[in-house]
Amino acid sequence: MSCEEYNRLIHGYLDGELDLLSTLRLEAHLPECASCAQTYGSHRALRTVTSSDKLYFKPPNELTERIHAALHEANKAERRASFSLWEVLKPMRWRISWPLMSIAASTVLVAMIVWRLGSVAFRPSQEDLLTQEVLAGHVRSLMANHLTDVPSSDQHTVKPWFDGKVDFSPPVKDLSGDGFPLVGGRLDYLENRPVAALVYQRRKHFINLFIWPSGENSGQKTRMRQGYNLIHWTQSGMTYWAASDLNWTELQEFVRLVQDHDGRIP
Amino acid sequence: MSAKWVLLEQGKDGRLALPNTLTHFEAALLPHLAAAYNLARWLTRNDHDAEDVVQEAYLRAFKSFDSFHGGDGRGWILAIVRNTCYSWLQQSRNQELAQVFDEELHTVEGHSQSPEAMLFQSVDAQLLRDALEKLPVEFREILVLRELEGMSYREIADLASIPVGTVMSRLARGRERLQRQLGYPANKEA
Repeated sequence: MSCEEYNRLIHGYLDGELDLLSTLRLEAHLPECASCAQTYGSHRALRTVTSSDKLYFKPPNELTERIHAALHEANKAERRASFSLWEVLKPMRWRISWPLMSIAASTVLVAMIVWRLGSVAFRPSQEDLLTQEVLAGHVRSLMANHLTDVPSSDQHTVKPWFDGKVDFSPPVKDLSGDGFPLVGGRLDYLENRPVAALVYQRRKHFINLFIWPSGENSGQKTRMRQGYNLIHWTQSGMTYWAASDLNWTELQEFVRLVQDHDGRIP
Repeated sequence: MSAKWVLLEQGKDGRLALPNTLTHFEAALLPHLAAAYNLARWLTRNDHDAEDVVQEAYLRAFKSFDSFHGGDGRGWILAIVRNTCYSWLQQSRNQELAQVFDEELHTVEGHSQSPEAMLFQSVDAQLLRDALEKLPVEFREILVLRELEGMSYREIADLASIPVGTVMSRLARGRERLQRQLGYPANKEA
């Protein structure tokens, strides 16, 4: 190996990136070659000064704030919802975090925690937000001409359609014998996860039945929002939400039918 | 934990974007702001430009945050900072990329005496900064990532999308140039 080749190895050696064999060869060569030893010495010296903290440019304190604000703006611009937690919390975030922000980027983490804890106090109840979500899902399905992904009144078509689209198998029953024909199924997104939406019909009214697995157990709850009726319950490890503009009595009847069917072994 | 009460919204491309994405983003990447700024400052060689580039890079990063799968946050943001710097360098018609470096012309004066003593004891930080700033950007960035960030050859190669062999050769050449800059003839054959 020539000295020029050894000179190349010196860098890997200094950086701790050289393989064992080359390391041994270089270590054997250096005591024997004054020229390479000198090159090694000077690179080692240079290495000491170039890795000095003095060369590290520290960001100005206000850069964190500036980027934080810019990200916030960008995030806001991307969001379309009229209600935003961020907006609600904005005054609070400024008051609490700004003095801390000047310390360092790490402080931002603290601010995030403060902000997050703060949000607990401000947030509407989980149930209310979920109700809104379910309702929005129902309304959107009717508005956007996207009621079903799989239009079929056959439960044996609808149920397998969900395979691979959601990580659970929703119970699907055609209730046309009881006056609630199955219209189809759709994939929706609620509570931060894909959920199964089954669509049933009663005369001209559509019913969205949202289903997803849930560890929680709660009794049946009813809600009325914007003229829609919503009924929520859990059963056999699944969360159910039924949403419709159907009258109260008939929606209750529908829910009872679903509950009864689900209780039976198909 | 926040999943329960999060409101869902559709992103520009129809994807669902969660409001707390920003929180995750900041928690994962703001700790690397110092590294981002240091790299940008070394590449742009200007305080104000470095700040603008870092801000731009963080915005770009935020927009493509879903392509970040955890792991090496520093490498990820630095790669974006680097790309942003290069765009900036091109936009500002900086001739640096095409610069043919003339060591003779740029050699720092007054330090050709007893270079060994200078190197082995202490080099004035400002002098060293000047010398490093005068290196062509492709050597400078590798040196900054290696010496100041302590990144491995592999990490640098991934970040700059170049082979490890190129990292090694640029590092070697960069250091040799830097030594000549400082007035020390490290490699007499070169």
